[in-house]
Amino acid sequence: MGVVLLISFLAPLLVIAVFSVMPQKVFSLLHLPDFSSYKLVFTQGYIKSVVWSFGMALASTVMLFVICWPLAFGMAKVFKGFGLFITIAVVVTLFVSENIRLFGWVLTLMKGGLIEGHLRAWTGLTFEGALYNVPVIVFGLVYAYFPFMLFPLIQGIAMVPDDARQAAADLGASRWQIFYEVDLPLSAPGIVIGSLLSFVLAAGAMAESKLLGGQTVIVIADEIETAFTYGQNWPLGSALSIILILIIGALSIFGINRVNLDLIMGGRRS
Amino acid sequence: MSPEPILRLEGVSKYFGEFTALDNINLEIDEGEFLTIVGPSGSGKTTLIRILVGIEELSKGKIWLRDKRIEEMPANLRPTCMVFQSLALFPHRSVGENIEFPLKLRKQRPDDRKARAFELLDLLHLPRSFYQKRISECSGGERQRVALARALAFDPEILFFDEPLSALDFRLRKNLEKELKDLHQRTGKTFVYITHSLEEAMVMSDRIAIMRSGHFEQIAVADEIYARPISRFVAEFMGEVNLFSVKGDVSGNLVGTEIDIQTGRVGPDSAMRLGQGASATLMVRPESVHFLSEDSAADFVVGGVLQAEYALGSRTQYKIQADNGDELAVEKLREDRFPGKIGDRVRLGWNAEYAHMIMEE
Repeated sequence: MGVVLLISFLAPLLVIAVFSVMPQKVFSLLHLPDFSSYKLVFTQGYIKSVVWSFGMALASTVMLFVICWPLAFGMAKVFKGFGLFITIAVVVTLFVSENIRLFGWVLTLMKGGLIEGHLRAWTGLTFEGALYNVPVIVFGLVYAYFPFMLFPLIQGIAMVPDDARQAAADLGASRWQIFYEVDLPLSAPGIVIGSLLSFVLAAGAMAESKLLGGQTVIVIADEIETAFTYGQNWPLGSALSIILILIIGALSIFGINRVNLDLIMGGRRS
Repeated sequence: MSPEPILRLEGVSKYFGEFTALDNINLEIDEGEFLTIVGPSGSGKTTLIRILVGIEELSKGKIWLRDKRIEEMPANLRPTCMVFQSLALFPHRSVGENIEFPLKLRKQRPDDRKARAFELLDLLHLPRSFYQKRISECSGGERQRVALARALAFDPEILFFDEPLSALDFRLRKNLEKELKDLHQRTGKTFVYITHSLEEAMVMSDRIAIMRSGHFEQIAVADEIYARPISRFVAEFMGEVNLFSVKGDVSGNLVGTEIDIQTGRVGPDSAMRLGQGASATLMVRPESVHFLSEDSAADFVVGGVLQAEYALGSRTQYKIQADNGDELAVEKLREDRFPGKIGDRVRLGWNAEYAHMIMEE
């Protein structure tokens, strides 16, 4: 078990870490480290890509939370058979590759596409299509990572005991106070997991910005791919990867330490 | 003058689809009384209490709190409070935060809240050091007290209890029952308690309401319900009892239809008479039945064979098989134990003042 973990997971990470300190554009680890890639990252504007990636990931995570909470609440506490229908509907979208689904949105939103085309045919009005801007990228992220927020939230909300909510109401709490005092803290494990999943995935996402966003914004994942392929600069790509890994790793550890994950795995609140 | 009722129910009904959980309930609860609603599971008592605190909606009927209609009022606006069966403490909050919860909602100052929480900890015999404790570190009995303190912090007009003691072990439950009664006297609040345990009801309540499949069978003080139940159901629910189907003979004397009862000295004015052909149920509690010696007499006499003997601690219970095969229960205090042994023939007797006639249609 340990050996498998070492070879399949830790070894590649280690290789990337060592590559990130190698001189520019080398393809072997047998060089003296000079950390030049990191200098490049901080001087050549790559930080902007990092900021864009995390900024959009944050925006999409917040929006996902706001959108998914009522739905997850309904599915955990209110709907009975209908909840299963929604679950299947959401899961089925995952059967189709993300790129193809995003192309579907491109065809829907582009000038001459489903929406603009119909509008023009029926009313004669026209607009430039909804593609190639930052909001549509965030929309794409929200769309793509919807299940990753929804299902953990359902789990989290299902852990809130009904009688605790009722007791809070009985003791005088309004709906908002119940949400804030009972629902939020007691479903925290689900919220943290859902937020981490969608944030981490969105921060490393590339297809949304490429397909929906055109070249409006270059995200960090895009930069990494370019560095490894067209740029032929493995050390730069590795350095960017390491920065991404460090930020995401720190966030994950911080988040996971804040909640009791045993609970969501079926452990008892003792 | 009897006090004004603090809570009045008129025609309260609750339907779950086809099922009638509560059937046209009328009830008046007096200010400051300790009313216990007793009933077997499924009798609708939990549904009733949940409607009264506002967690469940009623299908039909009216509820007055003093002179205000409250049946449409949401739970969080009602000045009543409930201690849940599960207690429903907030597991993510400390004992102190749990107790202060209703005060926090009212935006009281933290210092005032803490002072009140300490008062309540004292009142419920919990050490002040518990203020910081986590709920998960508290024992079952301590959690009961915290739940009670939280409900009292709310300062409700009526405090409802939904079988909060049912999960505790016997000794702890007995202690808390007495404490609860004590607390009722000290706070002077109106307590409405539901339980399926008759003993719990007897120890604590001013009045007991017996509930059966969605309606009240009888509402009275404990002794009245014990000694003069209005139905077989209530009689059997209130502990061990001997019930005999009887009817009146030509002269109005009672004749057992299953067990051969000899009526002796029942006078013509006694309540222990029935018109010819009328039928009823004769009830006598096991502790009122005596073993008769050969020459002594009683108002009612039954013969049989001693079949079994059970030690109940302070009392001993005997099972006697009457001559036609039916069983009777007799209970004696330990010091009055019956000297005979299993298999002995016995004569049992009781007097009219300890018997009760249940007239049921």
